Amino acid sequence: MEIKVYSTPTCPYCKMAKDYLHSKDAPFEDIDVSSDNQAAEEMVKISGQMGVPVVVVDGQVVVGFDKTRIETLLNS
Amino acid sequence: MKIYDLLILGAGPAGITAAVYSARKKMDALVISEDIGGQTAWSGDIENYTGYQFITGPELTSKFQEHMKAFGIKVNTFEKATDIKKQDDGLIKTKTDKGEYLSKTLIVATGKRSRPLGVEGENEFKNKGVTYCATCDGPLFKNKVVAIVGGGNSGLEATLQMMKICPKVYLIDVAESLKADAVMVEKAKSASNVEIWSNSKVKKVSGDKFVKHIEVQRQGKTHKLDVEGVFVEIGLEPNSEFAGILDKNEAGEIKVDCHNRTNVEAIFAAGDVTDVPEKQIIIACGEGSKACLSASKYLATH
Repeated sequence: MEIKVYSTPTCPYCKMAKDYLHSKDAPFEDIDVSSDNQAAEEMVKISGQMGVPVVVVDGQVVVGFDKTRIETLLNS
Repeated sequence: MKIYDLLILGAGPAGITAAVYSARKKMDALVISEDIGGQTAWSGDIENYTGYQFITGPELTSKFQEHMKAFGIKVNTFEKATDIKKQDDGLIKTKTDKGEYLSKTLIVATGKRSRPLGVEGENEFKNKGVTYCATCDGPLFKNKVVAIVGGGNSGLEATLQMMKICPKVYLIDVAESLKADAVMVEKAKSASNVEIWSNSKVKKVSGDKFVKHIEVQRQGKTHKLDVEGVFVEIGLEPNSEFAGILDKNEAGEIKVDCHNRTNVEAIFAAGDVTDVPEKQIIIACGEGSKACLSASKYLATH
């Protein structure tokens, strides 16, 4: 399972999303869009919007910290 | 159905402090909240919370959370209250988007949320250029022209943040002069890339997939500004709609007395959702502790 989290260091829901993944022992790539312009553009492109966090689980894009959806994707 | 001694709605500074006090009073309590930390989690630098000369909002939120965890308090997060009722037997029934709960006492500490502009295009372009959290989403607007709406402290904070990474920042405010702290206003005024529009009102947000323009009305004339970001910082409104049985003031804030009692017996309220003068983290904490002590006294005498 490949998980990516696009986030900014100052966003509380990003922190909650990452804490949640940690609690599930799900390793993820943490991408800081505030310091990586190219990653920021990539995030906007794949999610069609400009809000953080964006969580990608095996290519499935989840906008915002949607715990239920992430949980379903982790279990599938 | 299980009957709790105390149900606490909200886990911002008020709700969390109430929860800590309830644990010390050995009350059987449950916290139900959409998030942890409330507005504190979204705050930048905090320099007026006694004991910390400097701490960030997310750091203080972690401290609150640890404190609650140390007492083993039960917390249901991502759950939102939708209705409260007082039953004939004196118990309080709280409905949420996930279930129903019964309790002997209740503390409403649901805080406040960002007030929307209420103009055409705002919802359509939410997260597609329109944002309510400059600290969160600000970095995504690097090298873009943006508009900040609101001349209070949060509007100026957003302006000072964005003027460092944007070629141009419009600061749009309905009032004659900016009411934020003078230090911040001076910094914004002396920046060459900040254009201040006073006596101005945003009328419309438009674009294609993302925001491209806003329409701003100033002195009867409508101007179209090319912007890719709109930061809404025009104040807050209370999360009190679900509490239909409670008396509120004109702003929708729940009315409480100095013991945090509402108009309904056994229901208390605390923090920013109430009409308490001054909305501060430290005040919300104090109010949360008062509300819990009042609930505890109520339980001891009923």
